[in-house]
Amino acid sequence: MALSLEEVNHVATLARLALSEDEKTALAEQLSLILAYVERLNELDTGEIEPLIHILPVFNVLRKDETLPGSSQEEILANAPLVEEGQYKVPRII
Amino acid sequence: MAKEFETVIGLEVHAELKTESKIFCSCSTAFGSEPNTQVCPFCAGFPGALPVLNEKVLELAIRTGIALNCEIPEYCKFDRKNYFYPDLPAAYQISQFDQPICKNGYLEIDVDGKEKRIRINRAHMEEDAGKLVHQGDITTTPFSLVDLNRCGIGLLEIVSEPDMRSAREARAYLEKLRSILLFAGVSDCKMQEGSLRCDANVSVRPTGQKELGTRSEIKNLNSFRALERAIEYEARRHIEAIEDGEELVQETRTWDEEKQLTRSMRSKEEAHDYRYFPDPDLPPLKISREWIEEIRSQMPELPDAARERLVETYGLPHYDAAILTTTPDYLEYFDRVIRLYPDAKLVSNWMMGELNKYLNQTNREISDCLIKAENLAEMLQLIDAGTISGKMAKSVFEEMFNSGKTAPEVVREKGLVQISDEKALSDIIESIINDNPKVVEDYCNGKGKAFGFLVGQVMKATRGQANPAVVNKLLKEKLD
Amino acid sequence: MDLYKFTIHELQDKLQAGEISSEDIVKSLFSRIADMEDKVQAFITLCEAAALKSARGIDGEGQYGGIKGIPYGLKDLFCTRGIKTTCASRMLENFVPSYESTASCRLNEKGGILLGKLNLDEFAMGSSTEQSAFFPSRNPWDWERVPGGSSGGSAAAVAAGEIPYALASDTGGSIRQPASYCGIVGLKPTYGRVSRWGVAAFASSLDQVGILSRDVRDCALILEIIAGKDPLDSTSADIEVPNYSAFLDGEVKGMRIAYPREYFRQGVAESTRAAVMKALHKFEELGAIVEEVSLPHSEYALPAYYIVAPAEASTNLARFDGVRYGLRDSEADNVADMFSSSRAQGFGPEVKRRIMLGTYALSSGYYDAYYLKALKVRRLIAQDFEKVFRDFDLIVSPTTPTTAFKLGEQIDDTLTLYLNDALTVPVNMAGLPGISIPCGLDNDALPVGMQLISWAFDEATLFKAAYAFEQNTDYHRLTPVSGGGING
Repeated sequence: MALSLEEVNHVATLARLALSEDEKTALAEQLSLILAYVERLNELDTGEIEPLIHILPVFNVLRKDETLPGSSQEEILANAPLVEEGQYKVPRII
Repeated sequence: MAKEFETVIGLEVHAELKTESKIFCSCSTAFGSEPNTQVCPFCAGFPGALPVLNEKVLELAIRTGIALNCEIPEYCKFDRKNYFYPDLPAAYQISQFDQPICKNGYLEIDVDGKEKRIRINRAHMEEDAGKLVHQGDITTTPFSLVDLNRCGIGLLEIVSEPDMRSAREARAYLEKLRSILLFAGVSDCKMQEGSLRCDANVSVRPTGQKELGTRSEIKNLNSFRALERAIEYEARRHIEAIEDGEELVQETRTWDEEKQLTRSMRSKEEAHDYRYFPDPDLPPLKISREWIEEIRSQMPELPDAARERLVETYGLPHYDAAILTTTPDYLEYFDRVIRLYPDAKLVSNWMMGELNKYLNQTNREISDCLIKAENLAEMLQLIDAGTISGKMAKSVFEEMFNSGKTAPEVVREKGLVQISDEKALSDIIESIINDNPKVVEDYCNGKGKAFGFLVGQVMKATRGQANPAVVNKLLKEKLD
Repeated sequence: MDLYKFTIHELQDKLQAGEISSEDIVKSLFSRIADMEDKVQAFITLCEAAALKSARGIDGEGQYGGIKGIPYGLKDLFCTRGIKTTCASRMLENFVPSYESTASCRLNEKGGILLGKLNLDEFAMGSSTEQSAFFPSRNPWDWERVPGGSSGGSAAAVAAGEIPYALASDTGGSIRQPASYCGIVGLKPTYGRVSRWGVAAFASSLDQVGILSRDVRDCALILEIIAGKDPLDSTSADIEVPNYSAFLDGEVKGMRIAYPREYFRQGVAESTRAAVMKALHKFEELGAIVEEVSLPHSEYALPAYYIVAPAEASTNLARFDGVRYGLRDSEADNVADMFSSSRAQGFGPEVKRRIMLGTYALSSGYYDAYYLKALKVRRLIAQDFEKVFRDFDLIVSPTTPTTAFKLGEQIDDTLTLYLNDALTVPVNMAGLPGISIPCGLDNDALPVGMQLISWAFDEATLFKAAYAFEQNTDYHRLTPVSGGGING
């Protein structure tokens, strides 16, 4: 299954990756190769098979509704590129 | 002739669950703290941090399912909903996609005495996002600030079927849902603080047509009034567009409270592709039937049952009973007054009349009301004892509401005791008769209105404290 | 004294006998690092001052035992409180966490001393460390060759004598493959055996924390410490942790060992195949029952993995958006551009490739065809193993089809590179434990690794068999010639 440049563009938008034209061309080719390799899964009839989502047969892992101190404001902002008034600062939304 | 149109409405309600800690981490859910002080590596989306489900969230979700007559499947799971936004730290929201905790429920609404069942498609657990603070409007702000305190608070998203046909029905649904969530102890449902949020899906179609029209999703509905107005506005906009032959587009719109209109939120509707998939960090849930029964057996009284109780026990009209069961606090207030003062209809009248009037005027909840239930009962007893008249009681009530004083305190301080003493009133009546010869003449000529005027003058002269029955009797004696 | 030559348990003995101090060990290792690091290039960050301080503190107490006073290294994917954690990515070049991974926390509580953070393929995506944003590490057996990956820095450091052991992570072979290439022991425990909390996630349903060490005894010792339920990781299993060391008795008599025929085909080099077959004869000699079996869906594990792992990775790595930490393109004038250009600048080509692949596999219209299909195939793979383990205690195979390849040899050939994982990936897909131990040298004098696989939560059997093999062979004593010798 070959991936078109248009599809690469769409996926890059979904993944929020600003790719160069060269990267897009290379990715269209590489991803097509990998997808062609993945195609062999279709040799298997999996109609009746339940998808395996969690390998551990574990259910209902719960914690009590109790609070614990989290990070301090200083800690949680320490790595931020831009901070103002105790908050993360980001450029305009629209 | 103009075509008839029908409005079709479905609501998506987000209720913040009443828990101490967040849904997947142990950070506090308290409202109004300094920004970014109730966060940890998990809810701030730091690498390597993992979620663990809060047991209380699951219990509250099951409680809601029971209260809304839902099926609660034996198995459910969490999924990741992927999208980028600065208030969503992990760039995915943990939610439930195809296997929600509650399915296929309903609630009953009552509009103009007509009962109607509104079906509920589903209710699912998810985490809240953080808060973005803009300088002015989101479209013009040069930058925004991100506060993650709210991020990760447990929510229940409750999705109705498109069963409502008017703004009033939609309002009745949201009011009823709020009552149920409050009675079930699931959420505080404070629309102002955002602990109850509502989006409305609105479309119109020619009456009789089966297919649904093009729908708008309206966001930012922060009050019952906003919900009603926005739906009315949107339905009108759709009808006008159809009549003008304009094409409607499916879109998300926001309610502009100031201008009282809806606005499109995106100029170019970007196709969403949330790429839902099961969250590998959270093992699935098995909900045993025993657990559901245990929770059911501990369910508090719900609004419908409470309403029936008021009708059956006290013979109250359905209308009164419905209003008294709007919130558990309100009902509890009634229940406490009634224990001390058993005239249910009179208590109901005072609560729906004066009490509601002042609560609305001051934008206060009954839980913050300075008149305690016992104080209201005591005031009603003063009326019965003849200490104050029903009319005086209204001003006593106002003073009690504003100052928090008891009825006897107000009566004493203002010298508001009713004057029933015939001798004292007799002198006042004499002087009123002397001062109004023309009116007295009218009365003698058979003009009934003149008598009322004279009573009024006596009440005025006594600043309302005269016992009206005694005044009537004395005045008649003197004039006839 | 060249203390860098010794294993954990040897150092333990010397500490407890009062022959050496923790400070002696730390100094010896840093001097070894000074000698070797030019060539190995295993470390992204060194913590010399802090390590010396910890060592002196422990020496001051004067009591030793367990891993107390013995240094370790961490793959730089483990978050360390107050110490830079880069994931070998430009994205996190300056990221300093305020929290500590559960696994490293457990080592620290027992007196383990962190020497430094080790190189890897960016975000653990790769098989050679050539995908590190900073530099490639090298194989101590041959400087021209890769140490494997993604935990290549960790394996190379252990093999070169720079550290006695390291914690790393294994999503599709990231511990076992470099262990095999570097001639050391590498364990990927059962999914859920060790907490993943604080380890930057690659593919959450496959990632597992494990150990690189010089011998089996060390490996068992460390697993005992790091394994067990963590209330912070919902997928960590609440299953008792056995005393693994008690299983190191050298006995395999009557043990039922299977070797899957599919694992000896799939492009497996003849010398590798021969070395593992020889090892199987050894097991037979020691009294084990060895039989050939089939794991019929083996060939589908890799294509299924290349859907499941990138799909999960694409959302796990979405959090790197330039808002709260990490690289941000400060030129961007709106949020959408800031996200896209920060991510484009912060991630390297392999990470971008997998994010793209995973995003595509989950996207509308392709979910059923790719992701759901891969999950169904995953069940078939797990069922294959389940069937074999009804009759057998252990499965033995080569760890990798070939020995270490040369730097630059496969960097442009994505698919061939992925094939390195063909024999390790099925174990992750089934959530089972696997260990790689050295079992010989090939014609280029490069180490060959043998993979032992057991049933879920039965690491004890892995240790038992691996230890018996080790006791009866000398492969673990072989040393990288160009590395200057570890044991002499």
